Amino acid sequence: MISHSTGFGRRAFGRLGLGLGASATLARGISRAAPSGEPIKIGILHSLSGTMAISETTLKDVMLMLIAEQNAKGGVLGRPLQPVVVDPASNWPLFAEKARQLLSVDKCSAVFGCWTSVSRKSVLPVFEELNGILYYPVQYEGQECSRNVFYTGAAPNQQAIPAVDYLMSEEKVTRWVLAGTDYVYPRTTNQILEAYLKTKGVGPADIMINYTPFGQSDWQNIVSQIKSFGSSGKKTAVVSTINGDANVPFYKELGNQGIQATDIPVVAFSVGEEELAGMDTKPLVGQLAAWNYFESVDTPANEAFIKSWHAFTKNPKRTTNDPMEAHYIGFNMWVQAVEKARTTDHDTVIDTMIGIRQPNLTGGVATMLPNHHLTKPVLIGEIQDDGQFNVVWQTPGLVPGKAWSPYVAETRDLIGDWRKPISCGNYDVVTKTCLGHQHA
Amino acid sequence: MPEPGTGIGGDPTPVTCAPVLTALEAAPLRGSATTAGRAARRRSRAPLPVLRQHLSGLLFILLLAPLGARAQDAAAGYADLASGNYNRIAAGVTALGASGDVRAETVLHALAGHTLWAQRGGGLFIGNAGGHAGHFLDARTGAPVASPPPDLRPVRLSNRVREALDASLALLDLRSPSTPRRLAAAESLFDTHAAAALPVLDRALASESDPDVRRALAEARAATLLSARPLPPDAQALPAVATLRARGGLPARAILAGVTGGDPAIRQAATEALASIDLRLRLWSIAQDLFYGLSLGSVLLLAAMGLAITFGVMGVINMAHGELVMIGAYVTFVAQSLLGSPGLGLLLAVPLAFLVCGAIGIAIERGLIRFLYGRPLETLLATWGLSLVLQQAVRSLFGPTNIDVVTPGWMSGAVAVGGLTITLNRLAIMVFAGLVMAALTAVLRRTPLGLQMRAVTQNRRMASLMGIATPRVDALTFGLGSGVAGLAGVALSQIDNVSPNLGQGYIIDSFMVVVFGGVGNLWGTFAGAATLGIANKILEPVAGAVLGKIVVLVLLIAFIQRRPRGMFPLRGRGVET
Amino acid sequence: MTGVRTTALACVVASLLLAGLNLLPAGSALHLPDFAVGLAGKYLAYAILAVAVDLVWGFAGILTLGHAAFFALGGYAMGMYLMREIGARGVYGNANLPDFMVFLSWTKLPWYWHGFEHLPFALLMALLVPAVLAGLFGWLAFRSRVSGVYLSIITQALTYALMLAFFRNDMGFGGNNGLTDFKDIAGFDLHARSTRASLLVLSALVLAGALMASRALLGGRFGSLLTAVRDAESRTRFLGYRPDHVKLVVWVFSALVAGAGGALYVTQVGIINPGEFAPAGSIEAVIWVAVGGRGTLSGAVLGAILVNGGKTLLTGLLPELWLYALGLLFILTTLFLPRGLMGLRAGGMRRLSLRLRARSDAGAGAAP
Repeated sequence: MISHSTGFGRRAFGRLGLGLGASATLARGISRAAPSGEPIKIGILHSLSGTMAISETTLKDVMLMLIAEQNAKGGVLGRPLQPVVVDPASNWPLFAEKARQLLSVDKCSAVFGCWTSVSRKSVLPVFEELNGILYYPVQYEGQECSRNVFYTGAAPNQQAIPAVDYLMSEEKVTRWVLAGTDYVYPRTTNQILEAYLKTKGVGPADIMINYTPFGQSDWQNIVSQIKSFGSSGKKTAVVSTINGDANVPFYKELGNQGIQATDIPVVAFSVGEEELAGMDTKPLVGQLAAWNYFESVDTPANEAFIKSWHAFTKNPKRTTNDPMEAHYIGFNMWVQAVEKARTTDHDTVIDTMIGIRQPNLTGGVATMLPNHHLTKPVLIGEIQDDGQFNVVWQTPGLVPGKAWSPYVAETRDLIGDWRKPISCGNYDVVTKTCLGHQHA
Repeated sequence: MPEPGTGIGGDPTPVTCAPVLTALEAAPLRGSATTAGRAARRRSRAPLPVLRQHLSGLLFILLLAPLGARAQDAAAGYADLASGNYNRIAAGVTALGASGDVRAETVLHALAGHTLWAQRGGGLFIGNAGGHAGHFLDARTGAPVASPPPDLRPVRLSNRVREALDASLALLDLRSPSTPRRLAAAESLFDTHAAAALPVLDRALASESDPDVRRALAEARAATLLSARPLPPDAQALPAVATLRARGGLPARAILAGVTGGDPAIRQAATEALASIDLRLRLWSIAQDLFYGLSLGSVLLLAAMGLAITFGVMGVINMAHGELVMIGAYVTFVAQSLLGSPGLGLLLAVPLAFLVCGAIGIAIERGLIRFLYGRPLETLLATWGLSLVLQQAVRSLFGPTNIDVVTPGWMSGAVAVGGLTITLNRLAIMVFAGLVMAALTAVLRRTPLGLQMRAVTQNRRMASLMGIATPRVDALTFGLGSGVAGLAGVALSQIDNVSPNLGQGYIIDSFMVVVFGGVGNLWGTFAGAATLGIANKILEPVAGAVLGKIVVLVLLIAFIQRRPRGMFPLRGRGVET
Repeated sequence: MTGVRTTALACVVASLLLAGLNLLPAGSALHLPDFAVGLAGKYLAYAILAVAVDLVWGFAGILTLGHAAFFALGGYAMGMYLMREIGARGVYGNANLPDFMVFLSWTKLPWYWHGFEHLPFALLMALLVPAVLAGLFGWLAFRSRVSGVYLSIITQALTYALMLAFFRNDMGFGGNNGLTDFKDIAGFDLHARSTRASLLVLSALVLAGALMASRALLGGRFGSLLTAVRDAESRTRFLGYRPDHVKLVVWVFSALVAGAGGALYVTQVGIINPGEFAPAGSIEAVIWVAVGGRGTLSGAVLGAILVNGGKTLLTGLLPELWLYALGLLFILTTLFLPRGLMGLRAGGMRRLSLRLRARSDAGAGAAP
């Protein structure tokens, strides 16, 4: 939908952040040299108005916080960081236009942004043409591996597959409803899941796939169908790739029709603390979500992060969520890469990024892999009535992200590896050829 | 392969804990902690079968164990509850339920009510909801503890634990003196239908006097019989099939569908029972679709009524109508926040939204529309611009994210009428829409303003010549239409997201209703809304939500060719062509 | 209709100038940055849409709230050609199928994609498909004498239905992602500076062509007839003419123009997706015409460029103000600038205030 831009961030905010950082430094009396010299520009490409503002505004804020904190630590290479905030207003062509502006006019050294796959796909040609760097923090459908993008969100094998494993092993689910909104992320994820379930011996009669349009608000029929599908005598679960906003009436209807988590568990991939903040979670208690991070995870790093977040936003009720952690990891990795390479030159930074290790907020250490994906833990959480998640299960180690799904026939043999000599995002290991562009 | 059962929550956390835990402790106890509450929950939902055989099986094997072992089980159960591992907690719940320990029931209720606390060394305490500020009792002995114990963390629930809790508490409740609790317990045992529960059910049936509870126990017994593998002999199984067939419904169907083994007589009986239940379900599903259609229609009616009135009287389409609906929803939020109570807030919101949106409507009319008389198309554009401004204003005031409008308890859940699931919030909206329409019709028919409105609708010039102050009528009409939009917003806040974009989702549908129904009278709007709602809902399971909507739109476009003024157009000499 | 020739010429000259400045070496002071070329091209494509809207609104009196549907259909036709051009250079390396079909596990190209590997065919379809749809819709609507607000609402329904349809992944048009990741057009790399500059000039030429063609159509008897239909349809009918035929001709021609605009838009923006069908976009196109001055064609071009320029500026500098500005633009233009900026030039502010006062006095008696 074309909606028009509004926003709460301006370039002045960046300077305010800078000022905050500088004064904080003075106040603490730490004798760290304030950053000086030519500012390094960081682009923030998140919708501040329109349908996606609900999810993306908070990512803009966390980036401003991270930049302010980094400036308080002395900037990068001794130079201050300057955020450049634009509002692409949930409008895909506008995303491309703003991306171009950030790269060619503002000359940003790195851009943190996008949420929906279509926004990422519309800026991808721009980043590849102008050789920019994009940090993309949202869980997505995979099947992409661009040299100019670092995917700090979960690939399907870091979210969907472990969630299904959990349901199969812990809840003994044998019948599946794959419910999603009609766009590429649910379509691809469901394709992967369907193939995966079949390898686990689930018959086609035990899989029901359903797609709804964006903004679907009347779920009576569909919930009723789920109910009857789940009454065949086998334990049934719903794997929901329903787009964030539509989850509210979906869950409400589930609650109203009396479906409880102990009867038919619903595991969602797009419902996080931010989405629950606008909902009455009483009827949802016990429903599941799969992420790589939850605000309720109890580690010192997370506690510190939440504390500084509350201080920065001056609102102790602001929640944190998985894409925020992804930006945290991505940003700190970029800082490390630049410091290591002693330059902000894009090609050098891209090459240096591979192998960078950054502690995440759940007690582990994320590594940037050659396919520009991270290693991440997978956590399954149950919704509680205060809108937080109770972590009930976790992978013992970190799962490395796979860009190309082995469950889709066309991509079974593909890997992404941007190190020399392969230097290719879609490299076929069987035929030993690069299907896309090979970077020189 | 990932390891199962690794629970998080094993680390003890000091009482002066992280913000998250504080929030959890401080959260007021919502949701049913008591059995009565749970019974209410169960009554309000259509229960679904769950295979919890392995847990409940363990439970009942323990029931049959000798007494000494049971005391040991109680101790082990308490230890498990304090362990921090969800699987162990669930096992502990099961063990305690079976142990016969006198404190078991209290402890399990405390666990369900989020008031059970554990210490690293295995200590278990029951505290009040405030947590570390209140009194603590030792869980095992019931003795009060002088000062708050150190290193406490709450014993949390997971789905696994909840299942075990439901099963254990149901068993304990079977012995309760209260009839509703026994009924709820029997219903719960129907859901669990663990085969090993049979002796308990038989014992309960023998001593039960209340007919409802007896029936529920008999059904639970039938369910457990038929879930046992191998199946019991025909003499027991056939009556069980008959009982389930008589009960009907999806859960019974699920159990019967699982009867695939056994001898031909059983299978035959089960198949026939299935067919009978399926037939009944199919008939009910037609009625259910009708209900869905009417509920969608009532939403459309509410959204479109205000628009129909303004369009009828003034000939202008108010593109800011959706935003007025949205403002009504936000007023509900504000009312709920002010009063602190969702129910009272909702009731207050009804008149408040009407007045606020009505006032805004009058302001719009006096400030904008009045200058654009005779130019309906420009009015359309101007009101579109206004809608953008209103949207952005709300966004600036309240933020772009969804806000939480709570559905009060008496409107949540559903009521089962035969095979129909009537969700209470939808029912309330239908009733509300009917009331609003009746009120509006009364205003139009009985009040002087209504008379003037009808006159201006039919022939503006003549009405003005007859002495009716048309500017005033226009202003009040616009106010009335906007007020009704506000009421629609109050209703919509209960079933949909409330965000600044709320209006956008309903504006197209409102237009379609108005265009389809015509502006002759409110019955046209009603007929249009009902037809569109039912058509949408009938097409949805057949063609999918999107295709159904597209088909309805295309049919509408085609319909307009035949009846360019809608189903119930204005007729008469004064009508403009 | 004032100064249509001037406007057309001005656009072509401006585009040549901009293209020239862009082709200067990057270090030079007068060099125009690349993204400005893309932006200018986008504005010109929008201007073509605005001309289409002005044709039906300003001259035929039909307030269309769904014209972006024709624009987007033209865009999709061109997008389909550009997708076929990618060939084996897509992510999956499939020479026949576009990427999104591969990940949907389709094995062969749907029938409606055949032929789009040829540019002339795609161009033809970009013009033909909107025209045919417009013809069908218009024939039905005008024949039944649907008019006024009702007509506007069902144009909205049309574009909304199309939006829902194109959002469906099963339709085979890329679903929510739309068509994107284009590589080249007719052998020229879409990202090359020279291609972009040429596309800019081409857009200006098409705009000029549309303006001249409209001017030709609206001159003479047909133009007078159209004005008669707009201002007094019943009377015209009673005089023996067929207003529905007249309106249909303009409607179809306008859809053709919009389709051409859409085709040019896609080549310069690089993506087409169902959001282009959204009703809000069509309504915005109307305000471009209203700001510039309806019924003057040049006003449409002026309005489109001004409003979109303002949008780019505001969303960059003061993003939260943009929606307020747009909304106020709608309100203020309809209230105070009923004839748009071109009307200002003709009448002056004095007449405006007189008209405003007169209108509010006469408010009671005016027919709705």
